[in-house]
Formats: sequence, structure tokens, C-alpha cells
Amino acid sequence: MQEHLLSIILFTPLVGVLVLMFLPRSQKTLVRLWANISAAAGLLVSIPLIVNFNRNADGMQFVERMEWIPSLGVQYLIGVDGISVLMVMLTTIMGFLAIFSSWDAVKDREKEYYAMFLIQQTGMIGVFISMDFLLFYVFWEMVLVPMYFIIGVWGGPRKLYAAIKFFLYTLAGGVMMLLGILTLYFVHFGQTGRYTFEIAELMKLNMPLGLQQWVFWAFFLGFAVKVPMFPFHTWLPDAHTEAPTAGSVILAAVLLKMGTYGFLRFSLPLLPKASSDHTIVTVLATLSIIGILYGAFVSLMQKDWKKLVAYSSVSHLGFCTLGIFALNQAGIAGSVIQQINHGISTGMLFLVVGVIYERRHTREISEYGGLAHVMPNYAIVFAIAMLSSAGLPLLNGFVGEFTILQGAFDANKTWAAFAVLGVIFGAAYLLWLYQRTMLGEVTNEKNKGLPDLNWREWAVFLPLIIWAISIGVYPKPYFDILEKPVAQIVHRVHQTANTEAAIR
Amino acid sequence: MNFLDLIWLIPILPLCGAAIMLLFGRNLSKTVVSIICPGAVLGSFILSLGAVIQLAGLKERTHQVVLFEWLPQLHVDFGYLLDPLSSVMILVVTGIGFLIHVYATGYMAHEHGPRHGGYYRFFGYLNLFVFFMLTLVLANNYPLLFVGWEGVGLCSYLLIGFYFHKKSAGDAGKKAFIVNRIGDAGFILGMFFLFQVTGSLRFTEVTDALRSARFGPEVTHFGILSLTALLLFIGATGKSAQLPLYVWLPDAMEGPTPVSALIHAATMVTAGVYMCARSNALFALTPETSHIVAAVGACTAIFAASIGLVQNDIKRVLAYSTVSQLGYMFLAVGVGAYWVGVFHLYTHAFFKALLFLGAGSVIHAMSGEQDMRNMGGLRNKIPITFGTMFIASLAIAGIPGLSGFFSKDEILWQTWSAPELGSKVLWVVGFLTALMTAFYMWRLMFLTFFGEPRMDEKTKHHIHESPKAMTIPLMVLAGGSVVAGWIGMPKVFGENGFMQGLEHWLAPVFESGKEVAHAAAEHGAAAHHDTTMEWVLMGVSIGAALSGIFLARHIYLRMKAEDRPTGGFIYPVLLNKWYVDELYDFLFVNGLSKGGGTLMAKFDTNVIDGGVNGTAWLTRMVSRISMWYDTWIVDGLVNLTAFTVRALSFPVRFLQTGFLQSYALVFMAGVLGIFGYFWWGR
Repeated sequence: MQEHLLSIILFTPLVGVLVLMFLPRSQKTLVRLWANISAAAGLLVSIPLIVNFNRNADGMQFVERMEWIPSLGVQYLIGVDGISVLMVMLTTIMGFLAIFSSWDAVKDREKEYYAMFLIQQTGMIGVFISMDFLLFYVFWEMVLVPMYFIIGVWGGPRKLYAAIKFFLYTLAGGVMMLLGILTLYFVHFGQTGRYTFEIAELMKLNMPLGLQQWVFWAFFLGFAVKVPMFPFHTWLPDAHTEAPTAGSVILAAVLLKMGTYGFLRFSLPLLPKASSDHTIVTVLATLSIIGILYGAFVSLMQKDWKKLVAYSSVSHLGFCTLGIFALNQAGIAGSVIQQINHGISTGMLFLVVGVIYERRHTREISEYGGLAHVMPNYAIVFAIAMLSSAGLPLLNGFVGEFTILQGAFDANKTWAAFAVLGVIFGAAYLLWLYQRTMLGEVTNEKNKGLPDLNWREWAVFLPLIIWAISIGVYPKPYFDILEKPVAQIVHRVHQTANTEAAIR
Repeated sequence: MNFLDLIWLIPILPLCGAAIMLLFGRNLSKTVVSIICPGAVLGSFILSLGAVIQLAGLKERTHQVVLFEWLPQLHVDFGYLLDPLSSVMILVVTGIGFLIHVYATGYMAHEHGPRHGGYYRFFGYLNLFVFFMLTLVLANNYPLLFVGWEGVGLCSYLLIGFYFHKKSAGDAGKKAFIVNRIGDAGFILGMFFLFQVTGSLRFTEVTDALRSARFGPEVTHFGILSLTALLLFIGATGKSAQLPLYVWLPDAMEGPTPVSALIHAATMVTAGVYMCARSNALFALTPETSHIVAAVGACTAIFAASIGLVQNDIKRVLAYSTVSQLGYMFLAVGVGAYWVGVFHLYTHAFFKALLFLGAGSVIHAMSGEQDMRNMGGLRNKIPITFGTMFIASLAIAGIPGLSGFFSKDEILWQTWSAPELGSKVLWVVGFLTALMTAFYMWRLMFLTFFGEPRMDEKTKHHIHESPKAMTIPLMVLAGGSVVAGWIGMPKVFGENGFMQGLEHWLAPVFESGKEVAHAAAEHGAAAHHDTTMEWVLMGVSIGAALSGIFLARHIYLRMKAEDRPTGGFIYPVLLNKWYVDELYDFLFVNGLSKGGGTLMAKFDTNVIDGGVNGTAWLTRMVSRISMWYDTWIVDGLVNLTAFTVRALSFPVRFLQTGFLQSYALVFMAGVLGIFGYFWWGR
């Protein structure tokens, strides 16, 4: 079983979908139950992965290799390193919680809804474990479709606009990325006479800086749209706002991380010269910092609760990309940890919005106020989510943010000086949101009788809260598991940069 | 029992209290809550006492307990450090913290709220605060100190906003948190610089590195070290409410009074002073930054005192007084007299906590009234409150023999005489502040306790002395306000191990400050012990204290309200706090944040999405043109071709019927034809 563990993790949700298709549409409870069981099974099979993962070993683990399209050199090649393991765990956990949280929320076409989520699970896991570039691309695009339907079918009033915007934005980026991939593919053929999409092989390429830069920008468009980095972020608020709660959770917690993961897995190791090129690094860091501040400022002025959280994602993801392009151990390790943290805290924030949306069917902040009186437990959960997002020490957000800032500081003090301002504004928009919704007197009659969290909602929040605290108090396991793979990336980027300098 | 290895329990006990309250509090009765929470802090106090006594027995007076590795990238642990400095702090925090907890059981007794939610929630937060405060002072490295630093900020936020149905309370809490965050941004950067310079963030290693390294003037004079120290100090100005970030503290008085006493007077707000004292090795190396610290401290002291002169809300007077006294502490730190800063922190904790708790008792008696203009003549009605506040007011005014006198006088003397860093100008500022302090404190006393009662009949009828749970802490603190200063007497009073006990106790922590001072003394600062001058200055400052008190007595006791001097144009300026809040609102809240936010949101919807939607529109237009082209040109051509083919194929069409039978018939005919050809043709 060990040798096919990754495949099992990858295809468990799909098996779930297969069975789901044969369930009668009218048996709603059965459909829900089965979807939850499939997601739970997906989570359970991923546990042996983290248990058996050897964090002291170099390179990929649990590798599986099969020919897929031999004539084109495409393989079914999957494997994990420390970064992938964390991302897979994030996917299986958040995926399960998202599906679990939909129990009461979705009352329309359940069968298709859950099928979409499960297909998406497979797609996302595939993205994080593919070690063949074309396989990666297949999974990458595969994720797009279910999310398109989730937004477009189960979304809010402007769902069609949002869904199409999401689809076209990411598809356009994806096509550019494909061009980049094909360039690498043909250059590799030119140099070795062999067709392959295997990442380890492509890493051996010796490409001149100029070409690397072109490919870098092609990748950049694909990844930056997904992250999203300023100025490619405007699909995000619409998609988040219109998506159903669980869709927003997955979108924020996992889908966006595909972009940052792409930078880490492909841009940096495959294009080390371009990635350490001064202009490129400066541009990327600047865009990240603009994202941090811009996202925070725009959050401040939102009147829509969900949109505010969506813009806060832009700000947080700015930290993640800044960490990556600090190109040092602290920056990148901090970035990966922050990606997980963002999944937890923003996931929670979206769930928080979902809870109230289910009760009141409005996201207007001005509709609320004084909810802490009627829903005290809800207020506590929201407070924890907010503080985790604002980076309060002993909660998860601080560890990532602080380590990223350290990395940014080591790379360039000016970056750190600007990025640290995000810490101030992050607190500002969240606290103001909290005040407007939770504190004060209950002014709106409709809010007077709202029920507090039920057990199912507690069951979703509780694991996330525990996770948030555990990372905040004891983040060492995460740093340990990331040490090797991050060191490898850093080494690769700097080694090339150094040899380059030596030649000059 | 080895208390030294148990120091980690000191913060953990209140954490357990907080956890119990926040998880199960709503099922507990008030009695149980009032046993668990103060009990947890008392437990910490006993453990602290035991640990400090054992620490005194050690030769090298430092002891570290490391729990686990926390942030590997910065090589910092979750570890606690007990040394003379942190031992003073934990005793203040747990000792005074315990008294305030006891007081709060009385003060908050009438607190209800949903499912009597107010009571357990209040104590849960208060215990949580004590946990974070103890983590702050016991941390053995900067990031862990920062954990406590942010944690106390959180608790402050929660407790200021305790009455969260009031908008003003929510606003004040938010303001406190955000203004603190501004300072924190500086603190974070400061830590990174420090890590870069010294390669560590553990206190002991940082101090060793700074003391052993030989830095050139390019590093210490307006160099990287100066910047590092300045950034840390910016953090301190946020937490300790110094110019320009002091604005949150007066608003923080929205919280319940025990909170004002514990957090916003005795402990949390002194964290900045503690942090600078902890970083003394750094500040001692950077004279320019130290000058800035001293100047900011002195300016804050006189600025806040000036506002305190005219406030009418009893808690606001005390709040500005706290800002002003914190300024004194920074003045001491800035002139290199670190131990004196800590000394004033420690005496101030007694008398200012007492003043706040006393004010709370007054408010309690007055059924919630806080405006001093509606008080008066309370001294006979609530004698214990009056008596204890009387002592505290003497102490803060600087009447000889009481604790405040010794610490304040030492600050002024050090400001005058400290080699290199001392300054006569700052002494004058400090002196004027002392005069103003005595005046506003005694204005408060006369307005509240003396003269004719000015409250309405209902309130008057209701006035009563507070319960024992409140008066006993007042009395204990009053005792402390008298004797606390006796371990830091000036050397001109005589020298022995008790009279300068605190200085000796703290000496190992502040060694480096001494070294710098000695180095400076070598090149000719002879004023180091000018005994005559010290006596003269002491006399002058006692004179200031007395004249302040008598001036207040003259104006607020002897004069009728309408005869009192109005102060001309300066009065409204002071009453409105120099309009600083308005300025900040204009510049930062409405200007930068809201203005910038709106602008960027517009940019998003109009420019970027305009571009996106524009592209979509363009695509649609192109599609339309393509469609027209397709329908009329391409399809036209295709149709034309089809038509041509159709026309040309006219004769053949009858063959292509699509009926299998006809095909079979033709097929058969063909086969027969071929057969016939071969048969007959050969």
C-alpha cells in the first residue's frame, strides 16, 4: 500500500464521485452522507503520508512513475517533498471541512454539488503532487472546471459574471503558462534529443538568462493570476463574494495556494537565473508589497462583509509572495507556513460569514451590529479567526508573518519597512469589521432572535481553532518538514546566481 | 522545593484560570469565580516570592528555564529568564495584580449581563492579561517578550471594550489596539536589526554581544545601532503611551476601573519602560537615541500634565497623570539611569494603582458619576477611600518620606547630574512637571473630597463606603505607597545595603550603563557627586510639591467657583487636549486610511476592472464582427460552394438515393456486368 499511497490519496475522492453518481437523487441525506464519507476517507488516507514522511531525506518521496503518453514523453509521475506534503494535508483537511460545512447550506442539486467538490479535491491534490509538468497542467486546468460550476450554479446574485470572470482570468493565465511549459519542452528536446515533461529532467537544462526571463513571465501570468497578485486580483473579490461558503473556503484555503506553489515548484527551481534576476525580483517584491497595502486599504472601505475578507486575502497572499521572492530560507519557509495559516484563518473568516449569511441572507455589514449579544459563541469564534488573521502571537498568523518579514528584511530592508505597515492596517480593517458587526447594541430587529452556533458549526470551527493555536504555540514541526526542500530551492537559486557572478 | 525551576508555572497558573473561565465560566457561580481567579494570581505571587528569594541566594543571579524551541529561524525558544530585573517586575505584577483582583471581586459584584456573563468574562480576561504580562517580563528573548507584548494589548482591547454595547468603549478598544500596532511595527523592525547586529535575540546573548563588541562611531552615532534603538523605542512609545502615540491611553478609561488600575497604570503601560531597561546595553551605546528618549519622555511628562490640569473626569485626570509619570520613567531611561526608571515604575505601580482603585471606590459610591464638578465633601462619607487616596496623592506629589518622593527626586537628580546624558533643560521641564503634578492631583483631591457636596440628593443619599474586598486592597496599597521607596534612598541620606537596596539588586543588569557612565566620568565630569547641589535641588523640588498643593488648595478650596481664574485662551486648548485627536483623525483616520481606501477601491472597480470588462467588451465586439463575417462572407462562400456543387451534381443526384435496396440493385447490376464482361468478352 505504501508504494501507491499517493495514488490512493489522489483518487479516493474520484472513487467517491463514481459511487455518488449511482445514488438516487431523491435520497438527499444519503447523498450528503456519502459525500462526507468520501471526503473523510480522503482525509484518512492522507494521514499515513504525514506519518511516514521522512523529513530528513532529500528529494521526492512516495514516488510513482508510469508511462502515460510515451510518444510525447508524458508520464504519470507523482511524488512529494515537504512543501507538497503540507499542501496535500491542507487540501484534504480543508476539503473535508468545506464539504462538511455544506450540510445545511446547500439544498439544491446536492448530487452535482458534492461531485464538483470531490472532483476538485482530486484536481488540487494532483496539482500538489505532480512531478511531470504536463500532468501538472492537466490537474491545474481540471481544478478550474468544478470551481466554475460551483460559483456559477450555487453562487449568489451575480454568479454568472463572477464565474465567467474567474474562468477567463485563470484560463488566460493558464494558457500563457502552457506556452512556457512547451518552450521548456522543446528547448529540452533541442539540447538532449529527448521529449520529456519530467521536472527533474527539465531542471538540468542550461538556458540563457534571456530565454529564462521570457519563460518566467509566461509562468508568472499563470501563477500571478491564481495567487492573485496585484494587478491581476480583481477576479478574486467577485468570485469569493458570489461563491457559496464552502466554495469560498476552498478557493481561499487551497486554490490560491496553487499559484504560490507554482512559483516555488516551477519558477524558482526551473528558472533560477531569471528568478534571481535583479529586475524580476524587484518587480515581484514590489507587486507583493503593493498587494499587501492595497488589499488592506481596499478592505478598509468595503461595505460587504465577504468582499472585505476577500480583499484581505489579497493582502495576505502579498506576504506569501514577498516571502518567496526574498529568496532565503526564512522568507520561503515563512511563506509556506503563511499559506497554510491563510488557509486556516481566512477559511475560518469565510465560514464565519457563511454562518451569518445562512441566518440572514445578507452580507451587508450595515445590516449587523451587536451580534455578540445574541450569538456570544459566534462572537468568540469570530474573534479568534480575526486575531489569527491579524497575526496575533500564539496564534498561527504571527509565525508566518513574522518569519516572512524576517526573510524580507534579510533580502532588503526597505521591503520589510513597507510590508510591516500591513501589520497595522491588517488590524485596522479587521477590528473595524468586528466592531461594526459584533459590538454595540443590536440595532436591527431582524438580528434579535438569531440562534447561536449549532453543534455542526462548532464541529467545523473547533478543529480549525485548535490547528491555529497549535501552529502558533509550536510551529517547529512545520519548520522542520520545510527545512530540506526550502534549502534546496534557496541553494539552487543562489548557486546559479553565484556561478553567474563568478563567470562575470 | 526548588522554585527557580518552577518559574514557568508563574505565568501558567493565571493561564489556567483564564482557560477555566473562558471555557466553563458560565456554569460557575460568582463565588467560585472569585476564588479561582484571584487564587491563581496569588499562587503566582507565592511562586514568584519563593523564586526571587532563591535567586537572591545564587551567586550569578540569573536563572533560565527553556520549555521548547519556538521559532527556529530566529533561534529563539519558549524560555523564561529570572534575573533581578524580571524579579522586580513579576513581584509587582503578581502582587499588585492580586490586590486588584481582590478589589475587582467587590467592584464587579453587581455585574450581570447575559447569563451573568460579565463576571466570569471579566475575570477570565483579567487572568489572561496576567498570563501575558508575566510572559512579557519573564521572556528570555525579544520575540517571546513580543508575544506578551501583543497579548497584553489584546487583553487591554478586550477589557477596554468590556462594556461592548457602548460605542465609545468599542472605539476606545480599537484605537488602543491600532495605535499600539503602529508602535509594534517599529518594534518588529527593531528586532530584525538587533538580530542582524548581534546574531541573536536572547537577552543574555544580545547583552553579551553588545558589551563585548567594539563598535565604531559609524555604528553608534546615527548609525545602525542608533536606528535599532530608535525602532525599539518607537515600540515603547506605543505601549507606554508616549508622544506621539499616547492618544489611546486616556480613551482606554472606558474600561472598568480595576482594569485602568492594573493594565493602564501599574503594569502593561510600563512594559515599554521595562523593554528599554532590558535593552540598556543597546541604549547605553547610542547616545543620540538616548537623548531622543529623554526628550520624548520629558516632553510627554509636561504635555500630559498640562492636559491633566483642567480635566473634569476623575479617571481622565489620572490617565493623563499616568502618561506624564511614564514620561518621567523614560526621562530616567534616556539619561542612562535605568535603575531609576525601574524604581519609579515600581513606586508608581503602588500609588497610581491606589489612586485608580480609590477613584473606582469614589465612582462606586457616587453611583457611577465620574465628573468631579458633581462631587465634593466626600471625605467624611467614605473615610477609608479618602485616607488612602490622601496618602497616594502625597506620594505622587513628592512629599518627603513617601515612595514617590524618592523615585521622582532621583530622576530629577540624575537628569541634572548624569554625565554626558544629563541635561539642565530637561531638569527644568521635569521640575515644572512636578509642580503641575502636585497641582492637578490636589485639585482632584479638593474637588472630590473637600468643600460643599455638589451631587444631587438621590446620589448623596446613596453614598456609602465600599465593601471590605475593596477597602483592604486600598489599605495595603497605601502602606506600599509609603514604604516602597525606602529601598531606593539617595546616598546623601546615608549609604547601606537597605537604603540603596534596589540599586544594588539591579546593578548586575545595568552594568553596561555604568561602564559608559564611568567612561564619560573619566573625561572630567566632576559633578558626579555634588552633595550640596543634590540637597539644594531636593529642597527646590519639595518646594514645588508644596506650592502645587497650596496653589490647588487656594483655588479649589478657598475660592468660589466663579472667582477661579479662567486661564484665557489656553484653557479650551488644554481642555480639548491640544486638539491632537482631531488632528490625527483628520490626517490618518479620514485622510490616509479612509481616503486612501476609497481611492484604491475606485481604482479597482474603474481602472483594473474597467480594463477587464473593456477587454470582454472588445472580445464581444470582435466576436460580433466575426459572426457577421462568418454568416455573410465565410458562410456565404460555403453556401455558394454548396450551391455550385449542388447545381453541378444535379444529374448525379438521382444515383445517390440513400436507399440500401437501390444500392444493392446497382451493386448487383455491376457485379453481373463484370461477370458478363469476362464471360463473353474473352
